[in-house]
Amino acid sequence: MSNQKTCMTRRTFTKAAGALGGLAVVGAGLSAEAALFEGAVPLAHADGEETIHWSQCNVNCGGNCIFQWHSKDGKALYMETDNIGDPDFQSRACLRGRTMRRWLNSPDRLLYPMKRVGKRGEGKFERISWDEAIDTIVDALQRTISQYGNDAIFTIYATGMYSTTGNPSQRLLNCLGGSLTRFYDYSTNMMSAAMPYMFGSAENLTEEGAHVTLGVPASVYSPYDNVNASSFTEAEAHSDLVVMFGNSPAETRMGGLNMVWDFARVREAVEARGGQIINIDYRLNETSAGYAHEWQPIRTGTDAALCAALAHEWITGGKVDKALMDTYCVGYDEDTMPESARGQHKSYVDYIMGTGYDMVEKTPEWAAPITQISAERIRELADIIASAEAPFICQGWGSQRHTNGETTTRAITMLPLLLGKWGLPGTNTGQREAEPPVYLVGSIPAGDNPVEVSIPCYQWANAVDHGTQMTPTNAGVKGGPLTNDIKFIWNYAGNCITNQHGDINMTHDLLQDESKCEFILVWDTVMTDSAKYADILLPDAMRSEQMNMQTQGYAEYYTGLVVGSAAQEPPAECRSSYDVMAEIADRFGKREEFTEGRTQEEWIEYLYEQGREAAPELPSFEDMKEQGVYKTKLAPSIGLEDFRRDPAANPVATPSGKIEIYSETLDKLNDEWELPEGDVIHPIPLFEPGFQGYGSVTDEYPLYCSGFHYKGRTHSSFGFIPELEAVARQQVWINPADAEPRGIKDRDQCRVKSPDGQIQIEAHVTPRIIPGTIGIPQGAWHEANMDGDRLDTGGCVNTLTKYRPTPLGKGNGPAHSMIVEVTKA
Amino acid sequence: MTEYGFYFDSTRCTGCRTCEMACKDYKDTSVDFNYRKVYDLEGGSCSLDADGLVQNNAYCYHVSLSCNHCEDPACAKVCPTTAMHKDEETGLVLVDDTKCIGCGYCHMACPYNAPKVNREAGYSVKCDGCKDRVADGLDPMCVTACPLRALEFGDFAELESRYPDAQVGNIAPLPEKGLTNPHLLIKECRDAQPTGDMTVKVSNTLEVM
Repeated sequence: MSNQKTCMTRRTFTKAAGALGGLAVVGAGLSAEAALFEGAVPLAHADGEETIHWSQCNVNCGGNCIFQWHSKDGKALYMETDNIGDPDFQSRACLRGRTMRRWLNSPDRLLYPMKRVGKRGEGKFERISWDEAIDTIVDALQRTISQYGNDAIFTIYATGMYSTTGNPSQRLLNCLGGSLTRFYDYSTNMMSAAMPYMFGSAENLTEEGAHVTLGVPASVYSPYDNVNASSFTEAEAHSDLVVMFGNSPAETRMGGLNMVWDFARVREAVEARGGQIINIDYRLNETSAGYAHEWQPIRTGTDAALCAALAHEWITGGKVDKALMDTYCVGYDEDTMPESARGQHKSYVDYIMGTGYDMVEKTPEWAAPITQISAERIRELADIIASAEAPFICQGWGSQRHTNGETTTRAITMLPLLLGKWGLPGTNTGQREAEPPVYLVGSIPAGDNPVEVSIPCYQWANAVDHGTQMTPTNAGVKGGPLTNDIKFIWNYAGNCITNQHGDINMTHDLLQDESKCEFILVWDTVMTDSAKYADILLPDAMRSEQMNMQTQGYAEYYTGLVVGSAAQEPPAECRSSYDVMAEIADRFGKREEFTEGRTQEEWIEYLYEQGREAAPELPSFEDMKEQGVYKTKLAPSIGLEDFRRDPAANPVATPSGKIEIYSETLDKLNDEWELPEGDVIHPIPLFEPGFQGYGSVTDEYPLYCSGFHYKGRTHSSFGFIPELEAVARQQVWINPADAEPRGIKDRDQCRVKSPDGQIQIEAHVTPRIIPGTIGIPQGAWHEANMDGDRLDTGGCVNTLTKYRPTPLGKGNGPAHSMIVEVTKA
Repeated sequence: MTEYGFYFDSTRCTGCRTCEMACKDYKDTSVDFNYRKVYDLEGGSCSLDADGLVQNNAYCYHVSLSCNHCEDPACAKVCPTTAMHKDEETGLVLVDDTKCIGCGYCHMACPYNAPKVNREAGYSVKCDGCKDRVADGLDPMCVTACPLRALEFGDFAELESRYPDAQVGNIAPLPEKGLTNPHLLIKECRDAQPTGDMTVKVSNTLEVM
């Protein structure tokens, strides 16, 4: 890739600056010098034979958008995307996917196996042979297993590879006797933990899927289905209002068949019906670009306070159908409270009306100073939502990614429940828009894990530090207390050791102590911050460099499949992870068990044929390899439609079979669990400020701070691509009202300091964010002298987050709940 | 003779830069120069009243812009060698690199920030409307890339008749359309401000070099 720089004369500089004046308001900071003399010789594409190779984007936006590579002479020349059939039904890659060739050919690619020669985190490595790398890994595995046991090995949360044969790590470890596993995920941790108590949990099902006491099939909550939530296509078909909390598909689900495209059509349909969109967020996100009237600014982390005030207006205004609430829910008011909580003023109505809990009536006047939304506007919102025939109320994953996320996520679902606008055409359950129910092919199966104990995913650092002290009641461990600390971290295609975890400075210190975690294996394509902590670092081949197969993702609402081939060969000594894992298995005498005699290519064919048995409409494997892409549309879905129609026949899998606004189970957990001081597990969806939430700012840290998802990266994936950084700069969003008193101007370098760390970052002084809160795009690559001042000049938000797991799910709520001060650098 | 041009639906654009990056991959431009650029615009304010409650009329929108293959291209008018010219068959504004001397007049004249001099190559470079793809019956790469289907390309007269409510580009930060008569048709979003409005700001000047 070319990157030319030249100098220019004073004369041309002046003229260039003049010409740019033609753009009405291009700012003074634009360097005319750079503007005039940059550019490159275009590649000639017209001559020679090109071949076409299909693959997909495999990172964790959930999109799995389709790549159509044009290769020549063994090199990927350029990319088209899905250009097959109806232009409105093409899985078009987003800006990030379109830079994949830069990733493949990046000068930063890891090319050889390496061993660490400096301290962990220093990033000092020495090239070794594959034999030495595999010997070292095998020794470390054997040592860990014999000295501690398989439960001292942990496969850390890692999401850089969504492909059917891309990551058989767990299968390999299961062949070796298993490993400590995890539950929940960093995307939906707080909702995944809390919502099952309200909408159904597999713990209340028999092995056959029947409700344990009611004896009929019951639905279980999942953030990843179309049972609990309605699809955007349903909103397009029937809604007259869309209300979104913490949801910006234009920044999270950006591909051409992802939710951003569905949402564009939702808006057009809803507006055509005379309806509107209300986008509740602490910043004017890109989903409402061009439609700023949709933006309802709110203080970060206070969505549940707004919900409580809306509920107050509907309860006092006679908008709630009590008979409906009593039919479908438990704990709306005293009449449906469980025996154990009767007469104690612990219902939802008691909370809202101030007759229970904090004894404060949740009027709009109460919510106004918390949310920064006027009481008048809250009443107006209450009227707008209550007047809609078919409101589609939904939440992204931003609202729950707070320290109070476990109550906030449930509070939002109260809105459609109170109005009875759920389970019906055009409505939604207050949950995130539905995801596709069908995946045409499976992945290489993981097999059975003999280790039965597992931990909440965010708890791994605690388990490194003091695993043997962690129990179900003090740490949310499942399957019994831990009998080992984590001694071996297995990290394939992930950056959650530091960058995407939390409290990087603390984690760094923890991992530098080699007496705690004794071995770290990292497998990646570039030197991430997590990779710097590897003892052995392996260079992976990309999916576009080998045969590949994957279904559609979860950020879209269609069903599809790609079977693709290598657009170019892997560089240097990069190898397919499948082959390397087969070799590790071989050293344990487990090759046959791991591979079942199949190569990766044969697994792809085998998995495809298995899928085809269930979906006979799929073409033959030979035809599929030829055509590369298969796509089919899905019918719209309505969340909890069956439960609404016939609650007795289709209960939700809560203990009562109803939606448990009051959860007796949670109340019991609050009594039984040993919670850190200040932590409460609330039985109802109330507003609580949460750690470093509303009311926690101080003179030293006077601003709230939240992370947000940014177009330039998928989490930290693509965070090293200079072409993306050039058009999507890493900047802290700060309102002029907060910037001016600090002497901060647009594009100034700033320091953002929290109680746990400090970053340096460029300022974006903008009216697109509410005063009092700053926003930092998450996923930027940590860059700091960890032996010096630890100032992170990469601007990674997790330098600022505190490692303080949430009360119930022990999750990463601090990701969006921080207090900070900002100063000019 | 055909006169090709672009249609841009600003009601759809989310400012995602996919058009920029798809073009960049295909044309293989250097890290800090793109033939197509996305301008972020913002204005209004979001402030707190005396009670600490939010008062908001902030807005933002985006404009995706490459060469507009103008009817009266300013770049061609100032070109001392006729290297910058309007193709007779397609109306596309192209650089004849055998004639271009790399003087940079075209860059300075263009009010849309489209052509630039590639000093190493010694001539101007710019969006050529993916003329080879168009000749093969394909759309330009940016058009086929847009996740929101906000870009179209075609005979400008046909685009105008297909989109009677769209206007020849006259929203900020674009200059008066009469300067060059750009072949850029825009469906204006609600928040778009008229050309010449000095209250709206390009907020990503460092990203549109």
